[in-house]
Amino acid sequence: MNIKVLGVGCANCKRLHQMVLHVLKQEGMIATVDYITDLVKISEYGLMKTPGLVINNQVVLSGRVPTMDEVKVLIQNHFER
Amino acid sequence: MRWHVIVNVWNWLNDQLLRMKWLEELVHWLMSHVIGLEEESALFHSLAYFVYDTVKIFILLSTLIFIASYLTSALTPERTQAILGKVRGLPANIIGALLGTVTPFCSCSSIPIFIGFTKAGIPVGVTFSFLISSPLVDLASVILLASIFNWNIALAYVGVGLLMAVLGGSLITVFKMERYVEGFVFANPTTAAVQMEEVPLTKKERLQFASRQVKDIIRRVWLFILIGVGIGAVIHGYIPEAWITSVLGSQNIFSVPLAVLVGVPMYADIFGTLPIAQALVSKGVGIGTVLSFMMAVTALSFPSMVMLSKVIKPKLLAFFVGFITFSIILIGYLFNLFGWLFV
Repeated sequence: MNIKVLGVGCANCKRLHQMVLHVLKQEGMIATVDYITDLVKISEYGLMKTPGLVINNQVVLSGRVPTMDEVKVLIQNHFER
Repeated sequence: MRWHVIVNVWNWLNDQLLRMKWLEELVHWLMSHVIGLEEESALFHSLAYFVYDTVKIFILLSTLIFIASYLTSALTPERTQAILGKVRGLPANIIGALLGTVTPFCSCSSIPIFIGFTKAGIPVGVTFSFLISSPLVDLASVILLASIFNWNIALAYVGVGLLMAVLGGSLITVFKMERYVEGFVFANPTTAAVQMEEVPLTKKERLQFASRQVKDIIRRVWLFILIGVGIGAVIHGYIPEAWITSVLGSQNIFSVPLAVLVGVPMYADIFGTLPIAQALVSKGVGIGTVLSFMMAVTALSFPSMVMLSKVIKPKLLAFFVGFITFSIILIGYLFNLFGWLFV
């Protein structure tokens, strides 16, 4: 599984990145996590609001910092497939 | 007769809810009777100003952001993009500027929005109208302006802010400056299809969105506000009026460019600049000079220029910065000349 956190370096984006790492560790799940700040790459996802969360190349969330539980559910949903 | 009653009710609402006269009286009473400060001392003025302004701004800001976010929660950048895609020419610039004032988004999203709009085929000039007006004018700041100054000044501020956004964007279109946008911005999305489905928000989700916005914005701006109110309080209590007016007063014809020069590199939310503005006006600085300062701080900043430089070429960036600086200075002089109409 590959997870990408898209952000331009604002506090919210960093927070989301930390949350993803925290959830993975807590749940003992293994995934590669990329923190992407490059505008060219971010624009390729057509994202208009940061931060964005991309799991297996699919945008699952954008424009807000979710709760820890939301992150967990989002990751689990994609983990099972 | 009935008109008279309406005016009275309106004035009362304005004084108590917007200006919070009761709070000012309460703070003054606490300062002199409970803490025992001398009513005419500099410390009394500074401290009273600090406490009253901080409490007032936080109460107003939280309430206003909540209401504004609830009302505008349905207006996502995606929807704004869809609306803008349907109009052309000058109306597009006008609608872009207006939407900029009500579409809620964090300033760090402005570049992704710029890229998204451009990819969707919206003219660069229209996007600029949107991006110029959005930090400058928003629902909460207009009402705060009315609270601190008065409605005439608040509405005049909105008017010139929108005018600047429409004109700036239109000039970009007229001079075909979209050629100064970096090439990758026009490229089509290459990686995986993206757009999540837009589901209409339920009432509960809108309320959640609104309270999240309040938390997010307060978390982002509280320090700016405290610093702003702090500076305002020092100006209010300790800095002699003659001193300020000699630098920023009407005798100094360079007061407006000076205020802009100081304001441009500063990075703060409009909410942090309001208390400074208020203190300056109370010390006799012209309303135009103060508005110029506020606009310079909010419309232009180093971080935003650095971000913009990643998507537009130096020529367009120079035009953007130059146009805004020039307009703000012009607005400052005009308000200083005709400001008596608004007070």
